[in-house]
Formats: sequence, structure tokens, C-alpha cells
Amino acid sequence: MSDQAAEFVAISQAYQAGGGDPASLLDDRFASLVVSHNRVLRSHSIPGVRIEGRQTPTGADAVITVDRGVTVAAPVHLCFGVLPKEGIQEIRSEFHIGEGAKVSFLAHCSFPNAVRVKHLMRAKIYVGRGAEMAYSETHYHGPEGGVEVEPVAEIVVDEGGVYRSSFKLIQGAVGTLKLDYRADVNKDAVCELDAKVYGKASDQIVINESLSLNGENARGLAKTRVVASEHCVSTVIGEAVGNAPGARGHVDCVEILKGPHARASAIPKLTVNDELAKLTHEAAIGSVDKRQVETLMARGLSEQEAVDAIVKGMLR
Amino acid sequence: MLRLTDIELVLAGRPILHHLNLQVREAEIHSILGANGTGKSSLAYVVMGLSGYQPAAGRIMFRGEDITDLSIAERARRGITLAWQEPARFEGLTVAEYLEIGRRQAGDGNMSPAECLRKVGLAPEKYLSRAVDATLSGGERRRVELASVLVMQPRLAILDEPDSGIDPLSIDKIVDVIRTLSRSGSAVLLITHHEEVAAVADRASSLCGGTILKTGDPAAIARFYRNHCQECPHVNRPVLEEIDYV
Repeated sequence: MSDQAAEFVAISQAYQAGGGDPASLLDDRFASLVVSHNRVLRSHSIPGVRIEGRQTPTGADAVITVDRGVTVAAPVHLCFGVLPKEGIQEIRSEFHIGEGAKVSFLAHCSFPNAVRVKHLMRAKIYVGRGAEMAYSETHYHGPEGGVEVEPVAEIVVDEGGVYRSSFKLIQGAVGTLKLDYRADVNKDAVCELDAKVYGKASDQIVINESLSLNGENARGLAKTRVVASEHCVSTVIGEAVGNAPGARGHVDCVEILKGPHARASAIPKLTVNDELAKLTHEAAIGSVDKRQVETLMARGLSEQEAVDAIVKGMLR
Repeated sequence: MLRLTDIELVLAGRPILHHLNLQVREAEIHSILGANGTGKSSLAYVVMGLSGYQPAAGRIMFRGEDITDLSIAERARRGITLAWQEPARFEGLTVAEYLEIGRRQAGDGNMSPAECLRKVGLAPEKYLSRAVDATLSGGERRRVELASVLVMQPRLAILDEPDSGIDPLSIDKIVDVIRTLSRSGSAVLLITHHEEVAAVADRASSLCGGTILKTGDPAAIARFYRNHCQECPHVNRPVLEEIDYV
């Protein structure tokens, strides 16, 4: 087996451990991009979806284009990861979703052995007029928590377009997470940002989701769910700016503290620059809701089992 | 099966239940009638053992065992459960998962989650995969709560105003669920304002000022409640002469 083939097998196994289906990475019916450390192991396009991946000294550059009017039946699979204990992976990506196109992405990022790894994602996403894009990113980390994860995305959703993202980091300990998503939402467009993180050990978590609702009737939701356990420190900044008539935005943050040493803060930031725009926010920080726990205990669960079931549901 | 003796409950320095004595028999439907603020929900919480509702005095015996100091989960494992008037909502937890938690406590031969949903008037194909979250209406959530009690097949089901917020046409469903519980051997401690629902009881008790005034025939207790409690000028200060009319 060649080095590349062996590495593909190894990253596929990590992909599977993170919840992905490794068969999909080799299935020619699906568009896919597989990057291990700084090696582009597979870059597969299908009709209507072009994926250009290029190796760089520290990672990879990728340009993903979905043609105008194309509806992509199956999700595009993206697999990133660093298998050694140490390393850096910088992924610079551009997504161009053509007018009226519909596509979803399943991204898995795996760092099962990390002791000192840096994973930087720099994405520029353009969702064309009337197009729809869903992007789901799931992280799989080992127990060491030695990763610096910095997902940064600049998103533009053009008129009537829809962008929905889901970021999940609930397996293993991360180390440091600095998520920064900023979206410009145009007329009649929708943008929903959803992040779910389970912080463990000494994890440092900073989540910043920002929505600029620039067009008439633009809609936005920034939703965050964090469970901070052990010595984890979490900060969530949810920002929305209403710049046009009929713009509606909502910032929704729940952070649950498990244990006496965890810390959490939530900073909602709302700015309205048009009298016909409307923004709302809700934030809850603290231990698991007592009524929820007692309800499940009244069905026979122990207190710990009840808390686990509530947390599991919230981070699903 | 359930005996509360001389229960005293004080919340934030205020007496809520006072010298409360109550007995519920095996498989009995026992309704509690009382005006708002008389301590009905507090009584339910004391029996379930919720935090903050530990009695300052008195004992709770369940099937011959003193459960006064047991946790909620320990009481649930002995077959006691509670359906809240305003049930909690759970993000990400499906109705199927919620019902399954209760079903694990039940013995063999109990009803399936789908059957229990049908019993409360919810189509399982529509509801099993839904989350027990804010997307359910208040009425739907209360029905799911009833189904979760039904699937658990408890020895004692405490139902805190299960008819609250349910449309009148569905009241017969609630009554049917209460009868089903009783037929399968569960005792039901039923808190309600709805006389049509209370009429299903085998016995009833009138609660005022945190004290059980009278226990007896549900029709007589309901009559007393209708005549004296619904527009009571002296809530929580019972007038003994009126009690004697029961």
C-alpha cells in the first residue's frame, strides 16, 4: 500500500469515528474533498459541482463551485484532519453557489491523536440569488485537548438565498476553539448559524456569530449551545445588525455549567439602524434547569442520568 | 397504599400545608378539590419529593415503607410519578425518547409508547419523532406528559390539573386515560378544577388552608366545592360550620 493510500485509510477511519461514512469518500457519485494534514488525498467533482483542491505548505486551498440552477441530490463530503500528535492544517476555501442552486455539505474534522495541533479554516462563502446552501461541520477530537481550532467564515447570502450552518464539537476535548462567523444577508435572504460545543478539561471556547441584515426582509438566527464542564471557560458573542426595513434577527444562546470550576459568559449585541427592522435575543446561563431534571427523575432516572439526557438532547 | 400523616410544609417562612392527613387506597382514583392557593400542587410536589418540598414535620408512607426522606428517583423506582401542570420542555429530546425513559420503569406487558400516544389523542406517526420542546403547544405537551405517565404504568400517578389548557372536546380523553390507569392497577391522585374530570374519582378530598377538610363521596365533595369554594370569601380560612354541611 502506498503512503497516500495508507493515509487515506487512516483519515477515513478517523472520519468514521467522527460519525462520517467512509464509503462516501470513495463513491464517485458524490463530490468530495479529503485533506490529511497538508496532503490533498482526493478531490472529486461531479456534474454541476467542481472541487479544486491544491496543496499548500501548511494545508490546502480549495475552490468549490456549484453551477447555477443545479440541485445536488447527495451531500458533498468534506474530510479534514491531522493524524499525528503535532502539526498545522490551514484550509483556505471558497464556496461559490450559483443562482438557484441547492446543495448541502457534510464536513468532518478529525484530530484523534492531537497533543499540539493547529487547525485553521478560512472560508469565503457566496450563496447566489435564490440559492440554498446547508453546511454541517462535525469535529472529532481525542481526549488530550491539544488543538487550536479556528474556524473563520465570511458569508454573503444574496437576494432570496438561504444559508444554514451547523457546527458541532461534542466529542473529545478541543483545547482552544475560536469560532468567528460573519454573514451579510441581502434582501429576502435567510441565514441561520448554529453552533453546539461540549467543553471539557481546560478548554477555552470563544464563539462569535455575527449577522448583518442588510437587505429588506432579511432574516437571521444566531443560535449557540455550549456545555462547559470541568475547568472549561466559554464566551459566546452573538451579534445582529438590522440595516433594512423588515429585517428580522434573533440571537439565542444557552450555556450550561457542569461543575464548580467551569465559567461561561454570553454577550448579545444588537444594533438597529432602520426603524422598521427588529432584533431580539435570549440567553440563559447556569446549571441544568431544575424542573427538567426533576421531570426525568420522576420517570426513574438518577440525577446524573437526567442531566446527561438533557445535555445530550441540547447538543444533538 | 399512600398515607400522609400530619404533614407540615413551610415555604419561604410561610406555612403551605398544615396538619395534612390523607390516605389513598390501592388502584383508587382520589381527586383533590380546592380553590387556587390552597396547596394542591404543593401536596403533589411533597408526595413526589421535589426539592424545596420536604415537609418540616410528618411522614409519608407508601406501601408500608416510609418514603419521607427518599429522593425523587427513588420514589419513581417504587412506582410513584407526577404529571406536571406546566411540564418542562426538552430541546433535542424526542417524544419517543421521552416516553422510553418512563417505559423502562414499567414491567412487562405495559402499553407501547405509540399506544399511549393514541390513548391521549395524539397520532404516533406525527408525534413520536417530534421534540418535546417549544414547538409543541401547551395542550400537546400536557398530553405527551399524560402519555409518559401511562407508559410508565406507575403504582401511583399524581396528575396535577391534567385538564388544564386542554380543549373541552378532549376532556373525555383525559378521563379515559385516568380510567385506564386505574384499570391497570395504578392509584391516581388527581388534582383538578374540572368537575367532569373529578367525577371519575372513587373518593375525593377537599383542601383548604393546606389542610384536608373532608374526604368522601366525590359527588358530595364536588357539591361542597361548588357551593362553598368556587366563590369562597375566606380562602384558606375554613369555616367549620360550612364543612359540616358536607
